[in-house]
Amino acid sequence: MSKRDEPKEGKRGLGRREFVKLVSGTSAAVSTGVLTNVELLGAQTAAGGKTAGPGAVPMTLRINGQARQVTLEPRVTLLDALRESLDLTGAKKVCDRGTCGACTVIVNGKPIYSCTVLAIEAAMSGANIQTIEGLAPEGQFHTLSASFVQNDAQQCGFCTPGFVMAAKAYIDTHPNPTYEQVKHSLGGNLCRCGTYMGVRRAVVDAAMKMKGGKS
Amino acid sequence: MADYAWPPAGKRGLIGEEISRLDGPAKVSGRAKYTYDVNLPGMLYGKMVLSPYAHAKIVSIDTSAAEKMAGVKAVQVMKEPGQEVLWAGQEVVALAAETEDQAIDAARKVKVEYEPLPYLVTDAEPSAAGANARQFADQVDGNPDQGFAQAEVVHEGWYGSAVINHCCLESHGQVTHWEGESLIVHASTQNVSGMGGELARGLKVPAGNVTILTPVMGGGFGSKFGADTWGLACAQLSKKANRPVKMMLERDQEQIGAGSRPSMYAKVKVGAKKDGTLTAWSSESWGTAGPGPSGSPNLPYVVRPPDRKRRHTAVLTNTGPARAWRAPNHPQMCLITMAALEDLAADLQMDTLQFFLKNLSFTDRPDVYRAELEKAAELIEWKKKWHPRGDKTPGPIKRGLGLSIHTWGGAGHPSKCNCTIHPDGSVEVSLGSQDLGTGTRTVIAIVAAETLGLPLDAVKVNIGSSRYPPSGASGGSTTVGGVSSSTRRATTNALNELLAKVAPTLNVSPDQLEASGGRIQVKSDATKGMTWKQACAKLGTAPITALGERVAGARDELISGGVGGAQMAEVSVDLETGIVRMEKMVAVQDCGLIIDMKTAVSQVYGACIMGVGYALFEEKVMDQQTGRCLNADMEFYKLAGIGDIGELVVQMMTGPGYDERGVIGLGEPPVVSPGAAISNAVANAIGVRVPTLPITPDKVLAALEKGGRA
Repeated sequence: MSKRDEPKEGKRGLGRREFVKLVSGTSAAVSTGVLTNVELLGAQTAAGGKTAGPGAVPMTLRINGQARQVTLEPRVTLLDALRESLDLTGAKKVCDRGTCGACTVIVNGKPIYSCTVLAIEAAMSGANIQTIEGLAPEGQFHTLSASFVQNDAQQCGFCTPGFVMAAKAYIDTHPNPTYEQVKHSLGGNLCRCGTYMGVRRAVVDAAMKMKGGKS
Repeated sequence: MADYAWPPAGKRGLIGEEISRLDGPAKVSGRAKYTYDVNLPGMLYGKMVLSPYAHAKIVSIDTSAAEKMAGVKAVQVMKEPGQEVLWAGQEVVALAAETEDQAIDAARKVKVEYEPLPYLVTDAEPSAAGANARQFADQVDGNPDQGFAQAEVVHEGWYGSAVINHCCLESHGQVTHWEGESLIVHASTQNVSGMGGELARGLKVPAGNVTILTPVMGGGFGSKFGADTWGLACAQLSKKANRPVKMMLERDQEQIGAGSRPSMYAKVKVGAKKDGTLTAWSSESWGTAGPGPSGSPNLPYVVRPPDRKRRHTAVLTNTGPARAWRAPNHPQMCLITMAALEDLAADLQMDTLQFFLKNLSFTDRPDVYRAELEKAAELIEWKKKWHPRGDKTPGPIKRGLGLSIHTWGGAGHPSKCNCTIHPDGSVEVSLGSQDLGTGTRTVIAIVAAETLGLPLDAVKVNIGSSRYPPSGASGGSTTVGGVSSSTRRATTNALNELLAKVAPTLNVSPDQLEASGGRIQVKSDATKGMTWKQACAKLGTAPITALGERVAGARDELISGGVGGAQMAEVSVDLETGIVRMEKMVAVQDCGLIIDMKTAVSQVYGACIMGVGYALFEEKVMDQQTGRCLNADMEFYKLAGIGDIGELVVQMMTGPGYDERGVIGLGEPPVVSPGAAISNAVANAIGVRVPTLPITPDKVLAALEKGGRA
């Protein structure tokens, strides 16, 4: 009757690498406002011929306007690279499977879930990565961030940087959003404390203050 | 001399105003360092091996292969051979490695041999649970038989709520490191002052050797009081490796084993006279809290006719154990009661609001509920929009209104606050409390600044460390009562020492002085006085430190317990798809004297949104075939999104009749009613009851199929 450890194999179902491959292959949209790696980084990264790893390899990430050198295994996600190797911990690890949006960063102007991108993909494509830490220059406060504070659009705050980055990317391309548009644009971000009322007001108020500017 | 009593309306500078939370800028800019964000030099990453079986005896554990894996620095066995695991996902072995991926690789190499045992993971009817059913003694009040004999209409139905998860966005976990024999723990906890003692017992070190640090934390909702098995294991790994270790639960672990709310179902019989007056209640309830028994619910909830009886059966299941979930048991009891009463009102062909108003004499606070129901009715336009069961307008989209009332205790946990006034005029208040995102830090600052007559930014609030004077765990809406009382007392005590120092200079007695507008001045002649800074300079080199204490259970004129609350929901339901959409929800809530109106309103918004989640989407799905949880992720464990909540309206009851009660906690009460109000609104829309939460489209269609179209 005794079984040796049998059900553990593959207990996590689809692994991240398989998931990324599947998404890249089918170009399926995962959720509102989220792009696949192929659309985002260019097909060459998915179809690239060179093999890297499995050991750690040096790579350069372009983050908040700076070139950052890291040496990581190819399986490391952009999210983990940001958080654990570069101490950029504003992007949060929550679902770690491309559902909740807490890890949202802006890549080449588009919001992406950084848990669904491998660091090496972002490095090889030369992607321009903006994190919450790069939203405003040191010592300054972005209009959108101020609006989140003013409208109490956060409680525990763990989802908040993800919301801010998703909202920033949206306002940049939709300078005068309505409440209805905000609901759709932030449909890929989840909050547990229930701050959505504040978030709606914060984004609309900030967009009005920014007057379409990219400040 | 200043006294402790809260300033009356008109004399309040900050209390009750809309003030932005103090830690907002740090959180929104990503600079706030949560436990998950702590990165220390030389830090290792911990991972755990979990049982794949819902119930099994551990035969053997072999970690030798794992120990040889690249990067592995320490292994800690958490369950010994011969012991049982009681749910799939229970922790068996922990290990730490140089990188997270190395730790995951190594965990896969741990060999555990199990002897599988019979298990039950579904909370089906107690009759199907066999030996896993534990029946409590019957509870009888008054004479239920006589009550039912007096009833002219009797309704029988069944109602319930599924097991749901806490789903904290910051998963449970900690970063631990040792400095000699002292342990420092960065923990995501609701219990900064209490968690260290538990860890110390497990580690067999003096409690004073353990320091807990939680400057900010990513949600708890009742699931983060204990040190947990992983807290102990993490500290042990740190000790063995002599390195810091970060071990945060992965999302599936968080969903499976770090917090669930018990289910609760009941078969109900409830009777009334033709005029709507309730005469009797009878219920047979059951539910699961995991491997341990669930408590017996005190049914019916809030509206309690004197003649009633109840029976409860706990169903023990091999699922992750339940933890306190925001307002423990109340949302489930509320759904069962309010749904049964609404069904009875429909049988009586009465307006639900009139039915509830008629029976408020069976509640503890009829006047509060009456005022709140009337206010809610006005805000949702009950008179204009309510219709009898079943929206008769043409087309597949049906609209309906529902209501519910609730209660909670609150009061205040024990709390000590230390206030220091420095000779340079700066002020610190220190408490071993924590801010779960509720606004505790901000409330403390408001109370301190108000008491000392200073602007908010003149007070430094120190919380989130067990090195500060102890405060209770943040649970049961007891924090704001505890910390506002201790802070008011500490700052008043400190101020009185300052007034005594300054009084001789002004040639008055200390009781003629007050602190106001950044000055110490004579009450009767505000021109006579000095600035706060000048006053503090009189201290020379010695700062004032004064303690204030909220004593457990003591009568305290600054705080109270016991609130009401009424909520009304408007929904639309598509008869063809079964999809329920939130149109509007109104929450009317009292909580005594409100310290910060902005964060108070946010608490109620948040509670309503959590309520929409458990009413329409959330359920921990277990599979009896495999014994596993089927949705231990955030894709299929569904939280409400920003587009799912409709329009929310919050009305706080303040002013005379409320303010003089003092401060009362607010975290729990508003999360109680949403499920019941939404369920009642759905029944009103489609004409039939969907008996259980969450009200998913399949259940709506099944109820329509069974009960006929509206």
